[in-house]
Amino acid sequence: MAERHFKVWRGDAGGGQFEEYEVEVEDGMVVLDALHRIQAHQANDLAIRWNCKAGKCGSCSMEINGKPKLACMNRLSDYPEDFTIVVQPIKAFPLIKDLVTDVAWNYEQNKRIEPFTPRPRGADGEHRMMQDDIERVQEFRKCIECFLCQDVCHVLRDQDRKDAFAGPRFMIRAASLDMHPLDTADRIPALKEELGVGMCNITKCCTEVCPEHIKITDNGIIPLKERVVSRYYDPLMILLRKLKGLFGGT
Amino acid sequence: MDDPSEIQTFEHDVLVIGAGGAGLRAAIECAKLGYDTGLVCKSLLGKAHTVMAEGGMAAAMGNMDERDNWKIHFRDTMRGGKFLNQWRMAELHARQAPDRVRELEEWGAVFDRTETGLIHQRNFGGHRYPRLAHVGDRTGLELIRTLQDHAVHQDNITVHMECKVVDLVKDGDRVSGAVAVWRDWGRFVNFKAKAVILATGGGGRAWSVTSNSWEYSGDGYAMAYAAGAELMDIEFTQFHPTGMVWPPSVKGILVTEGVRGDGGILKNSEGERFMFNYIPERFASETADSEEEANRWLAGDKAARRPPELLTRDVVAKAIRAEVEAGRGSPHGGAFLDIASRVPAEEIKRKLPSMYHQFKELAQVDITQQPMEVGPTLHYFMGGIRVDHDSQETAVPGLFACGECAAGMHGANRLGGNSLSDLLVFGRLAGVGADAYIKAQTGAPVFDQVQADAALKRTTDILNREEGTNPFLLHEELQEIMQEHVGIVREKAELEAGIEKLQALKLAVEKVKAAGASQYNAGWHEAIDLSSLVITAEAAARAALLREESRGAHTRLDFEDEREEWGQVNIVVGKDGAGEMSVRKEQRPEPPTELSGIARASLEDLEGSTDG
Repeated sequence: MAERHFKVWRGDAGGGQFEEYEVEVEDGMVVLDALHRIQAHQANDLAIRWNCKAGKCGSCSMEINGKPKLACMNRLSDYPEDFTIVVQPIKAFPLIKDLVTDVAWNYEQNKRIEPFTPRPRGADGEHRMMQDDIERVQEFRKCIECFLCQDVCHVLRDQDRKDAFAGPRFMIRAASLDMHPLDTADRIPALKEELGVGMCNITKCCTEVCPEHIKITDNGIIPLKERVVSRYYDPLMILLRKLKGLFGGT
Repeated sequence: MDDPSEIQTFEHDVLVIGAGGAGLRAAIECAKLGYDTGLVCKSLLGKAHTVMAEGGMAAAMGNMDERDNWKIHFRDTMRGGKFLNQWRMAELHARQAPDRVRELEEWGAVFDRTETGLIHQRNFGGHRYPRLAHVGDRTGLELIRTLQDHAVHQDNITVHMECKVVDLVKDGDRVSGAVAVWRDWGRFVNFKAKAVILATGGGGRAWSVTSNSWEYSGDGYAMAYAAGAELMDIEFTQFHPTGMVWPPSVKGILVTEGVRGDGGILKNSEGERFMFNYIPERFASETADSEEEANRWLAGDKAARRPPELLTRDVVAKAIRAEVEAGRGSPHGGAFLDIASRVPAEEIKRKLPSMYHQFKELAQVDITQQPMEVGPTLHYFMGGIRVDHDSQETAVPGLFACGECAAGMHGANRLGGNSLSDLLVFGRLAGVGADAYIKAQTGAPVFDQVQADAALKRTTDILNREEGTNPFLLHEELQEIMQEHVGIVREKAELEAGIEKLQALKLAVEKVKAAGASQYNAGWHEAIDLSSLVITAEAAARAALLREESRGAHTRLDFEDEREEWGQVNIVVGKDGAGEMSVRKEQRPEPPTELSGIARASLEDLEGSTDG
């Protein structure tokens, strides 16, 4: 069994520092395994959030050597043997302790998005949708809510404009509803105003870190921006709406 | 110890403990019935083990084969459960599952579709027809996210995240609430409630090779047991046949049965497709007896019988174990699961994206090119808290249980796909049961602060005592005991030795010590869960010792085969007058004639049946 060197952030909102650990490692281990080993043998109170250990629940988001990742899917063999693996909490959210941050803000955003509002069922009691028509939405629904996209979003992380932008995760959530073939609600005004789709400046950092490889910007945010633009800023549409208003149309 | 004045208090009509599929569905039902509902989860919302469910949810909608109906689903469930299922629960489940699937669709779930735009259904072990509504191989994520999104928009549901309930509180016989600790900040909280619904899942973390996450520590079993409820059939622990076996760090992680449902086959080290050698008599007439016939089935020939890889999980798990024992295992002690040579690469990636990803990233195996190595992993508890079959109420008035933590529905072995539908059907029914209970009560129950304080003290003692054992090491010890003594095959002397070791471990757990402060302290959380785990482990071991036969997931080397007399009894675990664990046999009531007739009918009699 080989040993590997780790630096892990320890501390809470009041402050902290990196602690160094030597960990016995074996073939096939991921960063989360090494952290569990530290927890079991060297630091029982080390705070880590984790659940499924298979990249399906999105709990163990952290920054590993500066990159936002799921610790359960990051193999130690991805790094040279003598390389120090540095682990710290995600930065866009307030620290609770060690590698755990307070992500409650994200859960508040979901409540602000108008829920799914389906059209009535067909005469036979069924909803019919073609596979081709739902594939875009299914891509968005792969999201495991790891919030790594929220972590790297410049608007949330660097500008701290959580007041103005719900973040890439919730753009994808809104897109999954807005592009749902059965849905009838209109979320475009909310996307323009309180959810703040215009704040995204399309640097695509969110897409790069998505462990589910969802094309967040290209397939989700940009089409939403286009919907907002064609509703509010298309001169022809503005003229048509005015005319409708003048002649009492709805 | 915290100053009691710092303890928060919440008052709800109904408190739901656990926010996987069952807890979420129960909370939604309570909210719909007008109750102020508290929903407590140990993790963040949406991370419960439901998220790991892959294959799909079973419901006889008949979208793929119109011969399917609830009676055949019921029959499959009873046969899979070796007739030890609670008859009425299996009936309610089979009848109501299709409505629960449609309801999910109504709340926004996006299931894969058939060519005519209906919900697509896939084949799975033990199910006669393609019956599992699914989204690729990530159906659990779809289910939990749909319920989560629906629940957070209900005004009368309050979600309490990262909150661990340490004990229930009673007013006389009836339940009156619970005491919990916020895992993030380490403070305590009292929940006052008129009814409590347990939806805490199973106890797989008592074994070392398990598909379960850290949360599955049997909290519901331990709390219900302590409060005076009974546990039933808890010896039936399902070893899913296909867990990953390599690398060591991912040993036990689930490989969906959907791989076999979509054409994957099992081979031994000699390249033999060995499942043909393990077809039980009960299923012989409905199982292909040659590769040629199995291949015709895969090609869609409706006259062909199902391949033996789709036999029930207990059968497949034991077959893999037998091959390994006979020296025909894979290099890391499992069997080869091969879909690469059976299905085109693009189709594998489309139908099983998460398996493709999981093997590629964790084992560096490309499943479109190479076989997977798989072996049995502790996956699911068929048994659990004994409930009334209609109301889901336990022996403690006002205390309900649903989902994996409840007993009855699955008997001695659960069919794949019946869990997700179980969560929805019985989650909803627990809400309905709580409603009836609350309406029949006069006066709100009294919350006894003395009981709450005692639970709080027990919990903080772990931090406050001067010295004690490392909780992580105790947990490892427990897992080794259960893996060795209460494993996939069992026998008297092994079980007795295991129970003895558990007694010693119990004493150590009483003196466990967590270092550090109460704020997000992993060692403390581990230590708190240990007390639930040891009760769960002991109950499973004692029940396994008492059941002297082999049935479904419970295999005794010293008592081979099913024995008719044991098919007539359930094993019930409870707390006796002296506070000790008692284990007893209890005669099962006569099955309802109509249901018994359906369970034993021929398929021809039931196909196309529309009545009832």
